[in-house]
Amino acid sequence: MIEIKNLHASIEGKEILKGLSLKVNAGEIHAIMGPNGSGKSTLASILAGREEYDISEGGVTFEGKDLFELSTEERAREGLFLAFQYPVEIPGVSNVNFLRTAINEIRDSKREDPISAKEFMSLVREKTKIVELDSSLASRSVNEGFSGGEKKRNEIFQMAMLQPKLAILDETDSGLDIDALKIVANGVNSLKSPDNACIVITHYQRLLDHIVPDYVHVLYDGRIMKTGGKELALELEEKGYDWIKAETQVG
Amino acid sequence: MTPYTEDELAKDLDQQDYKYGFVTDVETETVPVGLNEDIIRLISAKKNEPDWLLEYRLNSFSIWKKMTEPNWAHVKYKKPQFQNITYYAAPKQTKKYESWDDVDPEMKETMTKLGISMDEQKRLTGVAVDFVMDSVSVATSFKAKLKELGIIFCSFSDAVLEHPELVRKHMGSVVPNSDNFYAALNSAVFTDGSFCYIPKGVRCPMELSTYFRINAGGTGQFERTLVIAEEGSYVSYLEGCTAPQRDENQLHAAVVELKAMDNAEIKYSTVQNWYPGDKNGLGGVFNFVTKRGICEKNAKISWTQVETGSAVTWKYPSCILKGDGSVGEFYSVAVTNNYQQADTGTKMIHLGKRTKSTIISKGISAGNSENSYRGLVQIHKNAHGSRNFSQCDSLLMTDHCGAHTFPYIECKNPSAQIEHEATTSKIGEDQLFYCMQRGISEEKAISLIVNGYCKEVLNQLPMEFAVEAQKLLAISLEGSVG
Repeated sequence: MIEIKNLHASIEGKEILKGLSLKVNAGEIHAIMGPNGSGKSTLASILAGREEYDISEGGVTFEGKDLFELSTEERAREGLFLAFQYPVEIPGVSNVNFLRTAINEIRDSKREDPISAKEFMSLVREKTKIVELDSSLASRSVNEGFSGGEKKRNEIFQMAMLQPKLAILDETDSGLDIDALKIVANGVNSLKSPDNACIVITHYQRLLDHIVPDYVHVLYDGRIMKTGGKELALELEEKGYDWIKAETQVG
Repeated sequence: MTPYTEDELAKDLDQQDYKYGFVTDVETETVPVGLNEDIIRLISAKKNEPDWLLEYRLNSFSIWKKMTEPNWAHVKYKKPQFQNITYYAAPKQTKKYESWDDVDPEMKETMTKLGISMDEQKRLTGVAVDFVMDSVSVATSFKAKLKELGIIFCSFSDAVLEHPELVRKHMGSVVPNSDNFYAALNSAVFTDGSFCYIPKGVRCPMELSTYFRINAGGTGQFERTLVIAEEGSYVSYLEGCTAPQRDENQLHAAVVELKAMDNAEIKYSTVQNWYPGDKNGLGGVFNFVTKRGICEKNAKISWTQVETGSAVTWKYPSCILKGDGSVGEFYSVAVTNNYQQADTGTKMIHLGKRTKSTIISKGISAGNSENSYRGLVQIHKNAHGSRNFSQCDSLLMTDHCGAHTFPYIECKNPSAQIEHEATTSKIGEDQLFYCMQRGISEEKAISLIVNGYCKEVLNQLPMEFAVEAQKLLAISLEGSVG
């Protein structure tokens, strides 16, 4: 699905990623954990196509293509989806209009016909249920006046609508109460299939009680320092990140 | 759900340039260049006008000669050389058009290119259309049907000949010929325009629409519109404007007068797309327009404008809320790109008791353009319990453009309530990135965001016009983020 090799990236002269490597196969869920400033969100931004970063070394292939050769929208059309940590408000643009535009742009890039109104509306009805989103939210302006939890659920709703191959969830759990957390996790779980994959970036273990990852990676100082199964997350929860730091320094 | 228009948008986005820049090859009849009493007499004679109108013109001319061009607006431009303009240009015609079939095929072609097919319109939308090319009104469809209801919708020239008493009574009663420099000029040399009269208690069953087109080179367009809605009547009136692409600046100075009698309502919508000049600011139309309406008791006038064209715009559609309980509304989207300049807004004059006004202005500036909102809310001594709400938002697309807001409030009655909100924002990189991450191209993302930003105004337009306006916004802002 995606392979990141020895990725070095910096912003305003400061190196954030220092040789990050990661491989994710179809059907897998990977969790990336790490302390503040370790480069988690930078990784998500670079994969999605933010332009303010300089890539000095390394590369990423996504579905066999050089990711950095693709523009932001081309990546999205190839099936890469980012659930934003801070979803943006777009006043006056309804959620449904926004999504329908996105779906049709993606379809158009594959020379497919636009989605019919009927098909689209039944998709909306089906997918709003997954995240228990009030259907009135679907017709409101994108994220405008949404609560923090609604914004995050809306991200998962969009993900469900667009059915990406690779979804990257950037701290989707931050600021969620336990009920919203469960809803978000259920959404992600119900979308899991052998053909798609998910990278869950998170600070805390608690999301991983509900989304069970196949692999847990610890990102520290711009590199993956440790990889393990879901038990690694529990260990981190218990011991914090310091023992990894210590282990690294020793190593 | 509203019909989906983004797909059509994409097709239009391929045509980056001003798509109405063509010139129609019809024989044009003009008067000699320049302005003097003889020219005015000639224009008046060509139109077989009654003496009172010629006198009105000559009187206006003498007033104009004593006036100086205003320079308080936040715009810079080379003042027009009034002696170098041709004040009358008409597509040559030997006989009057009795029906749509009589119209010159070239002219029909022009209308088709402009997206106005009379046949289509007749069949599908039920919009009555008047078409004013250069100085003359070419065709008015649906006349007969409207006549049954007692509605008069015709060219201004026809109105002068066929309904002189109405024209004489109302013309100049809202915008006097001494009102301002360009209104005085218009009163002296106006050539044609639209006239609309809705009798007492009649609700006009269709949108009335006029398309204005400047075709001939070196000419000015000075049209005049008069809409009279008698007691308890209703009318929705639309105007659209385009002009060919020329390197010279062309002058357009119109006067629009609206009269809404007791309990009447007039909805006046404009999509203005005069040629804006090229990317370097060469050419384009100078659009200096005076638009004003008077509301009698419980009457309502609603102005909606989408302004994307013209090199320089100077325009303040206003409402005089004379009657108690009358309502004035102004909804505006003004887009400027490249070197365009717009100074536009409204005046709400509250004279009557419990009068209400709403102002929603959305300015969008791109390129090196300057976009100003200028508005006056005036509450007079007797306007007890009057209210105004104003919201003026500016959206900046680049770092080189300017957005300015000049709100004036004069309140002489302590019971009045006035609210004013204003925001200025730059189109968000984050918003664009968010859209693009969902697979939406940058161009489409801009049009989505901008249309969302203007939604409150676009919602006021009749459906066909709203679709047209959305396309225009997208085309005007093509490649404009920087």
